[in-house]
Amino acid sequence: MDSTIAILAILDGLSYAALVFLVSVGLSLIFGVLRVVNVAHGSLYAYGAYMAATISLLVAPISPWLTFPALLIAALIIGVFVGGLLETFLLRPVYGREEVLQLLITFAVFMIMDNLQRLIWGVQPIFAAEPVRLLPNVSLLGVTYTSYQVILLPLVALGTLIGLRYFLRHTLSGAVILAVTEDREAATAIGINARNVFLITFIIGATLAALGGALASPTTSLVPGMGTDMIVLSFAVAATAGLGQIEGAAVTALMIGLARAFVIYIQPELEVLVPYLIMVIVLLVRPMGLFGVNKVRKI
Amino acid sequence: MSNVLISARGLKIRFGGVIAADGIDLDVLEGENLAIIGPNGAGKTTFLNMTTGYLRPQAGSVSFLGKDITALPPRTITKLGVARAFQIPQLFLEQTVMENMLMSAAARTGQMTGFRRLMDLPERAEMEALLDLVGVRAFADRRTFELPEGQRKLVDIALALALKPRVLLMDEPTSGVASAEKMGIMDILTNALKQQKVSSVFVEHDMEMVERYASRVAVWSSGKIQIVGPPSEVLQNAEVRAHVIGI
Amino acid sequence: MARLSNLHRVLIAIAIAASIIVPALLPSWTTLVTLILAKGIVVLGIIILLQAGQVSFGHAMFFGLGAYSVAFWGKYLGTGDLLLYIVIAPVVATLVGALVGVFVVRYREIFFGMLNLAFSMVLWSLLEKLYHFTNGADGIRVARPTIAGMAFPPETFQYLLLYITLALALVASFAVQRYLDSPLGHMLKAIKTNETRLEYLGVSARKVLLIGYIISAFLGGLGGALVTVAQQIATPEFAFWTKSGEFVFIAILGGTANAAGAFAGAAMFEIVRFLAAAKLANAWQLILGVVLIVIIMFAPSGLIGLLKRGAASEGKR
Repeated sequence: MDSTIAILAILDGLSYAALVFLVSVGLSLIFGVLRVVNVAHGSLYAYGAYMAATISLLVAPISPWLTFPALLIAALIIGVFVGGLLETFLLRPVYGREEVLQLLITFAVFMIMDNLQRLIWGVQPIFAAEPVRLLPNVSLLGVTYTSYQVILLPLVALGTLIGLRYFLRHTLSGAVILAVTEDREAATAIGINARNVFLITFIIGATLAALGGALASPTTSLVPGMGTDMIVLSFAVAATAGLGQIEGAAVTALMIGLARAFVIYIQPELEVLVPYLIMVIVLLVRPMGLFGVNKVRKI
Repeated sequence: MSNVLISARGLKIRFGGVIAADGIDLDVLEGENLAIIGPNGAGKTTFLNMTTGYLRPQAGSVSFLGKDITALPPRTITKLGVARAFQIPQLFLEQTVMENMLMSAAARTGQMTGFRRLMDLPERAEMEALLDLVGVRAFADRRTFELPEGQRKLVDIALALALKPRVLLMDEPTSGVASAEKMGIMDILTNALKQQKVSSVFVEHDMEMVERYASRVAVWSSGKIQIVGPPSEVLQNAEVRAHVIGI
Repeated sequence: MARLSNLHRVLIAIAIAASIIVPALLPSWTTLVTLILAKGIVVLGIIILLQAGQVSFGHAMFFGLGAYSVAFWGKYLGTGDLLLYIVIAPVVATLVGALVGVFVVRYREIFFGMLNLAFSMVLWSLLEKLYHFTNGADGIRVARPTIAGMAFPPETFQYLLLYITLALALVASFAVQRYLDSPLGHMLKAIKTNETRLEYLGVSARKVLLIGYIISAFLGGLGGALVTVAQQIATPEFAFWTKSGEFVFIAILGGTANAAGAFAGAAMFEIVRFLAAAKLANAWQLILGVVLIVIIMFAPSGLIGLLKRGAASEGKR
């Protein structure tokens, strides 16, 4: 493999990892607090993308630069409204019920959202590449790449990582979320209002998924099934990292993103296999994930 | 001299900064009822966890009838003849008392079959007799989660007895039981142990129980055994009275 | 409840009668009823694992393995016999199930689900991408097999396939119900409520779960073969995670307490899909999603639980 292809693979991997990180860290955060794997998480990603494209196509004629705030607004609309409604009306009634029922509720939401998505946005691919075109290309050792993908996306991901860390370690709401993640019983015993914590966490997680989708929308064509693929991929990243691990999710997303990018250039047909293979291997060796910790039950 | 069943030598384990076992040496003898007493956090339950394979000591060894069992998992140690009952009853809550018991019987006799109904196993009469012995036969067809705490405790012990062990380790068999019932339960229990020729170790906080039912007492104190001996002697010891019994 | 209750006897009689009468009156429903029974067989396997409190979000792997065993046989060795297919497919699924099972039974709850998902996605990616062998997303068409060496015209074949599937479904349900009532079946439930105590009875929880896992893989393979023969095609979709979700969905829909739930759930699922696809082609998935939410919120013990409740209040009157 020559160096141009290697650089190309690294840049591909980097921009891909940034998106995957945003989605999987949301999934991981939600699991850490609510102990629910949100199967509809990929749908929130897809809705973020479609919503961003819709708003972008609306505002682009006014000024193409408005498409940037459009991405953020789309993510907030989906995350806060759709996420908030899901948590309040569908998840809240089943907390404390069997795990499989909670999982299936989100599966039902996935089916409904997947179907609605096709009813609202149709099945034809949608393109809204304005933001990518507006930013200049950059050259690195003879490889030209869009700065949207290799600078903006990784910056947003990094900003999210730092922001989340700050929020969790240095603000009261964050500290509460961390407390619930580490020990739910103890946290509720000392009077933490689990209901609000769950809602806020779910909204943050959903917004991150939608943001991932919104940021992905200019770089790809939007098609039915994009959420279905993303959900398992973000599962793979979150589980490989260890559920609830934020920094771990960043490292793992990078690892899987790079591995996938290199495989695309070496053995393209194995591309989809990579994340799952990594996940299988890691979980077989370390069931709690690369960065997770084991707990012993008291008897 | 009676047979040594369990022999612990130099057991050490620490959790973070807490030393839960700091060189425990103890033999459990055939036919005895050994009481373990000591303040909370002295490492009594940790000792049971190490002798049954739930925790692996960081140093030292445990043997049963001369066989080293230090690194074996609970299920293997159980198979050898060491059964355990728990401080908080550990039952299969969605199943009836009889189903709980028959699983224990099936485990003992190795009837791990998928073709025969559990409730048709030949050990059913034997299990009924055992439930009778511990006084919970009336609950046989009730699901265990419906039982009051005291009865659950008895079912927990019956599950262990159904394994026909050589030695039974019990973690506070009468905790969570109303004090008026304690004596009754311990009477039933020691009677059952004697009938089945099972030796026992029991962690206990109530000194009246110890005095009445133990044949030997070991006093735990911050991960160490302070003193071992007959109850009459140990319970009169000034230091034990001051630190453990709190008089 | 060791013996069959009257309710169960009645349900089984109704199910057998419906499986025979409905296709006789409505020939277009023949394949639908076959699919219901075949998927019910797969869901029996999910119900086994649910006894132990474990949710496999990758069980489509065994369904897909069964389907592709048939498809590959047809593609590379020429059209086989139905009786051969229903032996080969479960055997392949069982072997893979034993191999994968050894690893996954070390894990519980979300890790168990995740690892199953990962294995199934590996299979799905291979089926999708190894185009030369699998025709990729287009799938492999499966010709109508012979039955015991005899070729039948399509209509006759449809009915014969239905009756064979019905017979297999009955045998599978009775066998699974007996297994759930046995010491091994009860120990599965014990894994769910108190695995530590099970180990303290001298039982290897992993071994108990592995046996259940292998049986469920067998059932997945058998169901996959039957669905493939009925639909005359195998596609990678058969091994995709949404298919796994569908099986868990059907199990919860029917009720997980016993074998009957698998078929009640499969009937409800496939009939809603069949009717919705005919009347509201664009919204069947949405309708099923709403049905699932309603069931979880208001009837958590599934359709069989509803029937039981109904029968109980009937008895009081």
